[in-house]
Amino acid sequence: MLLIPCPYCRTERPELEFRYGGEAHVARPANPGVVNDADWAEFLYFRSNLKGVLAERWRHVSGCGRFFNCLRDTVSDRILAVYKAGEPRPELGAGAAR
Amino acid sequence: MFSILRLESRNRPRETLEGHSDPVRFSFLNVARQALSGNDGWPEQWPSPEPKRAYDAVIVGAGGHGLATAYYLAKEHGLANVAVLEKGWLGGGNTGRNTTILRSNYLWEESAALYEHALKLWEGLSHELNYNVMYSARGVMMLAHNAHDVQVGKRHVQANRLAGVDNEWLTPEEAKAFCPILNIARDIRYPIVGAALQRRGGTARHDAVAWGYARGASARGVDIIENCEVTAIRRDASGAVSGVETTRGSIAAKMIGVVAAGHTSVVMAMAGVRMPLESNPLQALVSEPVKPMMPCVVMSNTIHAYMSQSDKGEMVIGAGTDSYISYSQTGGLHIANHTLEAICELFPAVRRLRMLRNWGGVVDVTPDRSPILGLTPVPGLFVNCGWGTGGFKATPGSGHVFAHTLARGEPHPLAGPFALDRFRTGRLIDEAAAAAVAH
Repeated sequence: MLLIPCPYCRTERPELEFRYGGEAHVARPANPGVVNDADWAEFLYFRSNLKGVLAERWRHVSGCGRFFNCLRDTVSDRILAVYKAGEPRPELGAGAAR
Repeated sequence: MFSILRLESRNRPRETLEGHSDPVRFSFLNVARQALSGNDGWPEQWPSPEPKRAYDAVIVGAGGHGLATAYYLAKEHGLANVAVLEKGWLGGGNTGRNTTILRSNYLWEESAALYEHALKLWEGLSHELNYNVMYSARGVMMLAHNAHDVQVGKRHVQANRLAGVDNEWLTPEEAKAFCPILNIARDIRYPIVGAALQRRGGTARHDAVAWGYARGASARGVDIIENCEVTAIRRDASGAVSGVETTRGSIAAKMIGVVAAGHTSVVMAMAGVRMPLESNPLQALVSEPVKPMMPCVVMSNTIHAYMSQSDKGEMVIGAGTDSYISYSQTGGLHIANHTLEAICELFPAVRRLRMLRNWGGVVDVTPDRSPILGLTPVPGLFVNCGWGTGGFKATPGSGHVFAHTLARGEPHPLAGPFALDRFRTGRLIDEAAAAAVAH
């Protein structure tokens, strides 16, 4: 089970308190009326499914209830950074890892 | 007399033109001969060749599906100049990690047709491969715990029967008669209110399937190359594939079939193709071995529990997937715990069994929980993936239709609906809604 730090609650909590939200930074098309089928498919279904550092969403359903983003290594499952929704993805420098 | 038998038992493999050996058949006579000579005369079942510089086709991934693909390419399509590349060892991924359940009672006609094709191949597979895959049609029972389960289960039964796939509805008492260790008390947390039974469903020995296909493919000239990780996919000026780079050198091929399960997104990214896949950990457990106590497979989609008993006597238990993307081949303990709670309630007799092993695999899950099988936007590049949590049962059918797809350059009729393009056209085959999580 993952131990996930919530950037709002500023505390590390067990994964059971959270709900996974899939890959982060997948933007809904700004003007849906002009989007073709291929682009809809890309938005709805296609994901990077990265083996490495993945930016993903979590929601602290049993805590503050808020969505936030997380950088996690999908090979080691180590969480490298968490940041609030709307914030830019942090650069992972030498000191960025927890 | 013994010395004559001993001489005869030294069956050296016959060399064929490609340098591949024709393995000694498993027959009563040969088994008896080997038994008399201490079983030290069996030749290797398949060679471990150095990769050649070029092949007609390269299959990425030597799991059951990839090896079956190579086998049928060589056997049915005369395409034997084929390499199966494997970054680890043969059958060491999900082929060797699953709970070996076979069934074909899927809801949609497209799925039922594909899985039924596989089940029909399972029925004759040991004979086909001259290798005992231990297919056991012991019956797969899927439990219903509430009104919704009953509606879904009966809908499956009716849809399957219309499609010519066997499936029948049982009362709780009939379910208990079929599986005596089942707890059908009405006052438990998830009481059993009915069950769907596919009698032709069952189990097979997962390793034997990989080994049997490897042996059969190799005997027909296919090179199976382990410890050979694909690191890049080369494309020519027209955009078509021209070969792969591997940890054991460059290999040219005009046709590449990616059968890489949980790592499909990673391999396809080498050709610049994004996939509608997410890779999740899925785990299973086995208990200490006990006397035969469970004559069938029981699954519960609603409370995420599957159990059967292996021929060694271990209770084989399948758990659910973790929610997040991971390539760690390790699942969270709470997932297994959740399953064990359900198992203990459904089968009180196993409550005091100790679990011997718990392991994980990486499964590639599609948005509609149906596989992707067929052509890709890149000429010469084919993909067979997305089998999610239930690919083992499809192994022979998957390999069979994928070999056809590769050899002809167009989808096998059964594979057609499972094209990658369905995510653009919207013609999804939504077994997610139909089958919940369990496959």
